[in-house]
Amino acid sequence: MYERVSKLLELGGPAGIHLSVHGTMSFCRQNRGWTWRRILPLTAILYLLSVFPAEAARIGDLSETSFWGQATRFFTFQDPAVRYALLGSMLLGISCGLLGGFIVVRKMALFGDALSHAVLPGVAFGFLWNMSKDPVAIFVGATVAGLLGTGAVHLIRSTTRLKEDTALGLVLASFFAVGICLVTMIQRLPAGNKSGIDKFMFGQAAAIGSGDVKLMAVVTALALVVIVLFYKEFLVTSFDPQFARVSGFPVQVIHYSLMLLLAFAVVTALQAVGVVLVSAMLIIPAAAAYLLTDRMDRMLMLSAAFGLFAGAVGSFFSFLGNNLPTGPCMVLGATFVFLGAFLFGPQHGVACRWWKQRSRSGRVRRENTLKAVFHVMEQREFTDEKVSLLELAEHRRETLEEATEQCAALVANGLATLSEPGELVFLTPEGWARACEIVRNHRLWELYLTNEANIAADHVHEDAEKIEHVLGEEVVRQLERRLEFARKDPHGKAIPGLADISRGTGFHTREDLVGYGKPL
Amino acid sequence: MSDTSDPNPPPLEIHDLTVSYHKKPVLWGVDLEVPAGKLIGIVGPNGAGKSTLIKAAMGLMPLNSGWVKVFGEPVKKNLRRVGYVPQRESVDWDFPVSVMDVVLMGRYGRLGLMRRPTREDKDKARECLEKVKLLPYANRQISNLSGGQQQRVFLARALAQESDLYFMDEPFAGVDAATEASIIELLHELKEMGKTLMVVHHDLPTARSYFDMLLMLNMRVVAFGETSKVFTNELLQKTYGGRLTILSEVADAVRQAPSV
Repeated sequence: MYERVSKLLELGGPAGIHLSVHGTMSFCRQNRGWTWRRILPLTAILYLLSVFPAEAARIGDLSETSFWGQATRFFTFQDPAVRYALLGSMLLGISCGLLGGFIVVRKMALFGDALSHAVLPGVAFGFLWNMSKDPVAIFVGATVAGLLGTGAVHLIRSTTRLKEDTALGLVLASFFAVGICLVTMIQRLPAGNKSGIDKFMFGQAAAIGSGDVKLMAVVTALALVVIVLFYKEFLVTSFDPQFARVSGFPVQVIHYSLMLLLAFAVVTALQAVGVVLVSAMLIIPAAAAYLLTDRMDRMLMLSAAFGLFAGAVGSFFSFLGNNLPTGPCMVLGATFVFLGAFLFGPQHGVACRWWKQRSRSGRVRRENTLKAVFHVMEQREFTDEKVSLLELAEHRRETLEEATEQCAALVANGLATLSEPGELVFLTPEGWARACEIVRNHRLWELYLTNEANIAADHVHEDAEKIEHVLGEEVVRQLERRLEFARKDPHGKAIPGLADISRGTGFHTREDLVGYGKPL
Repeated sequence: MSDTSDPNPPPLEIHDLTVSYHKKPVLWGVDLEVPAGKLIGIVGPNGAGKSTLIKAAMGLMPLNSGWVKVFGEPVKKNLRRVGYVPQRESVDWDFPVSVMDVVLMGRYGRLGLMRRPTREDKDKARECLEKVKLLPYANRQISNLSGGQQQRVFLARALAQESDLYFMDEPFAGVDAATEASIIELLHELKEMGKTLMVVHHDLPTARSYFDMLLMLNMRVVAFGETSKVFTNELLQKTYGGRLTILSEVADAVRQAPSV
């Protein structure tokens, strides 16, 4: 009997995840390719783990201590003690992630928090119903309490001058206080102290039973189906509720259905995550997803995937840490994902922005060095192609070491070469072209400011120092036309033209140098 | 006024409309019958209830008294024929949707519950984006647009609604002169197609040249009629009360162009 059940679940476990992942996808047809690329590896890993013939299959083998041994034992669904925990954690991750996506874009994060705290008295009443941890009774009690809390918020907001955030804080705290009193009283009852009701505070995935998993599966499936069917309605009512109403959608009904689904998700997740932190499972995976994508459908899928990941990882570490509270573990897992998105997100990530900033300032530094080389050559009227490091340092009023370092950066980027002892700098054709461009940008901009904006000639240099690095080709051409292809800047210096850029080093006198660089 | 027997009911008919906001009346006793195929400007000082009027007309606000009919039916029954361009600040532009997604929302009303946009809806949305010259930006996230472009996204969404009566809340707010010109051209095009447009407008000097008719509002209807007839010093003074700065500005506009 025991083996049969475990076999069944072994089949049902990974297959169930396959199904739910597939369901998440189907509401986003145009992004199928993208989705597969992201979700396939995850499914594949889970599948591999589940078929891996681990020796850890010895059920209840507590002497198993290696990390990988524990991991295999946990993720293969082979140990009934942890099977429900893992399955339940993953299911709650999916449902909380999906609904959390809408909570975040609707700016209702605080609402999720209030709702999750308000359900605690309901949990206690559900338990008192027949003095046992009957999932259905607790589900009903908690949902009713959650809805009562929501109603109380609505009532306070619509009948007093208090704003929503105050009403939420008020209801959250008072319902939670009632809940704590009730739970403490239950624990003092003779049947209460072994009831595990205290686990509802911080969550304990190991306490999830088959009844809980069934309920979670139903709620997750419901959330998936409703969101897939009514994606369009949820989208438009979240983005622009007034427009949605003019389009004829029952905005209030849609809003309250979402709230009801949210209440279901929160209530089923309570056992594993706990009242205190369950709202974090709504907010954090969705917030991470929000940082990574600009589309709602992708955000929902990512959010569900992050939720699933956080759920699985959280329950695993709770199991590994000898039944640490699961809620904090899951929230840490989600926070880990969020940190990743925060730091390394391709668009909004801090690290990427820092990297871009850094490479930009590196480019500006190199361009300034090129400009200095150009200036030195200009002083000699371009009679010489080489510039010594000493001259360069003198021109820039810097030490020889600094000049050497800057030229090394030019060499590394293929903009210049150094002579063998390393004292003379020669610009490569690319370096020459770039130097001309920068000087051209600078002088054109100065001329433009003095001619068109009537700024005194001695005021324009500072501005041009910044602008020269950001002017695009199109703007430069436009400037040239506006200035009628002027040849001299306000200080009387020649403005390099397109021909100079393509001609190569030494543009004034190179042709005059007898035999230089020419075949005999 | 007969309700059902009129073969050509007016696009918008408002009778004795009173609306309050936080128990303070914003509009009272508004009577209005809007003829079809006109471009109508709604002008008035700040707090005159311009936005409130169009919101109340679309059923977005509870009415204290009065009724609104759209093409002879209560507005709730004829929402399909109503198009809406809200104020740009009314939505969160960081919302994770693309320009195309927003314009497709214009089709949602026709689709009804649960049905997804079809190929035709997408083609229609592209067509509307092309009209406002935003097709190249179709796949951008909406915060990566300038103010004028965002306004045009809303306009394209309204075009996609293919309505007969449009309400627009300050479509020219924060747009540059070139965009303003192209928007007004588009509005005239819609009018030529027989649509009725009611546009909340802030700038009096341009209101005179833009609109066929003006609705002058200051908590109640001060005047409603052909622009050339109602754009007079006397009525403007009535509408804007003692606000001298605006008034002198407008007096200049009247003096500079004695006949339109």
